[in-house]
Amino acid sequence: MSFWYWLVSFLPFEWAAPGTMLFMKNALLAVLVITPLFGLLSTMVVESRMAFFSDALGHSAFTGMAIGALCGLSQPTWAAVIFAVVIALLFTLVRQKTRMASDTAISVFSSAAVALGIFLSTLGGQSFTKFNTLLIGDILSVAPKEIALLAVILVLLVVLWVTSFNHMMLSAVHQALADSRGIKVVWKNFLFTAAIAVVVTVTMTWVGLLVINALLVLPGAAARNIARNLSQYHLIAILGGLVCGIGGLMLSYYVGASAGASITLLLAVWFFVTLLLRGTQ
Amino acid sequence: MRFAAKRDHSRIPLPVRPGTCTLQVRDLGVTMEEDVILHDVTFQLNCREITALIGPNGAGKSSLFRSILGQMPYDGSIKFLLAGGYPSRPKIGYVPQSPSFDRGYPISVLDFFAAAISRWPVFLPVPKDLRQRVEECLTRVHGQGLLDKRIGALSGGELQRVLLALALEPIPQILILDEPLSGVDVGGEHLLLEMLDEIRQKYDLSILFSTHDFSTLRHYADKVILLQQTILRQGAPKEVLGSREFQSVFHLNLEEEGGKAP
Repeated sequence: MSFWYWLVSFLPFEWAAPGTMLFMKNALLAVLVITPLFGLLSTMVVESRMAFFSDALGHSAFTGMAIGALCGLSQPTWAAVIFAVVIALLFTLVRQKTRMASDTAISVFSSAAVALGIFLSTLGGQSFTKFNTLLIGDILSVAPKEIALLAVILVLLVVLWVTSFNHMMLSAVHQALADSRGIKVVWKNFLFTAAIAVVVTVTMTWVGLLVINALLVLPGAAARNIARNLSQYHLIAILGGLVCGIGGLMLSYYVGASAGASITLLLAVWFFVTLLLRGTQ
Repeated sequence: MRFAAKRDHSRIPLPVRPGTCTLQVRDLGVTMEEDVILHDVTFQLNCREITALIGPNGAGKSSLFRSILGQMPYDGSIKFLLAGGYPSRPKIGYVPQSPSFDRGYPISVLDFFAAAISRWPVFLPVPKDLRQRVEECLTRVHGQGLLDKRIGALSGGELQRVLLALALEPIPQILILDEPLSGVDVGGEHLLLEMLDEIRQKYDLSILFSTHDFSTLRHYADKVILLQQTILRQGAPKEVLGSREFQSVFHLNLEEEGGKAP
């Protein structure tokens, strides 16, 4: 970390001065790790039409947190990760068996999960306020150890992408074709869904449940407007995420608003810019 | 999910023409939630032959394909015999029914193809040698110029050719095409059928395709199978198209469709 602090000290910002504002420097590093993570996931989320589903996963992650807290775990995140992966597995199976991609079914899942979460966390007249951080998120609270965890997840995701992206993409684009080429479609769907589940759950504390889905959708949706092939698609999604991530963090520092919301707003602006760019092409 | 073809040694195999490989389907039946989709389907595909599968919608054509592809559980037996009568597991190339690709998806023909035939993760720029390999595959269907086009921007005929090229890599022993002519204009239709003719000569494979277009069958198909839950008639195109079964199946259907029209 001291190397990072030393590196940041070259930046021409008041918070970058050596020995001050460590939380801001941590947050910047976390953004540099989180945004590529979401950038990579977002193109697949958009193409698999999972935007709505990832939202539901976020909600069930919150329920997992509530269950973990109820069981008296000091680290409810792990309970939430397991819970979200189980939901991901269930959903993949249900989707396969009934061939429903329907928004209604997802909505049922999502509402049930979030209701259960609120029910459990307010059981016996408890106050809900301790969960507020989960809703809004606070990237400034990220600790070096947690950044290391995020970095490990990023490395794992890149490994998963390098080994499985082709098959996951073909499964999403054309199931019958993927099937006929011997791809285990259900397994690939599950791997992808589980990856979303883990990333959403682990980052929820810092990004915030209310805006996390924007990060999963907007970088891909914006890149899609201007990319012509898959490598451009991914490059633009990741770069767009990075730039808006850094910009949003700065914005939040100077105007004193939530970082998650600022990043999302910039991404939304970026999306409309790409939409205009596409229109002029 | 994959289902292995059930082995059935108790029956005497159908006669095999010497020197050719065959796919033998015997007493095939498919039942789905107590609905009989197919029953008592028995036929044979020979190498270098083009067989057309015809029948009204819901006749079970796709289920028959999926059974041969091993994507669906079935009764009866499906066996593949190499020249000389040795049983083997066939390599099957499959061209799915006019898949609808999202027009906005920024995926080029090269990306799509490379993802299917190689391990190179295609979210990274595709290296030169892989690009060359894909180009060679596309040349088989005279589609080398399509390499950098977006999949969503292809015409119906172009898309079918790309999917055909994909089904030919690696070269299969049986090529199955689900309604390859739907969504393809007349010019593209002839191009595609000429290509199938060329391919079966060149690569010594048997071709099975389903179609609703009967006008081209006499020219391009060696054999026609008329299917409606079971095989009503099979044989040379002239024989099947002139049969009473063909008349009754499609005449009946015309009446039904006429009845629905306002």
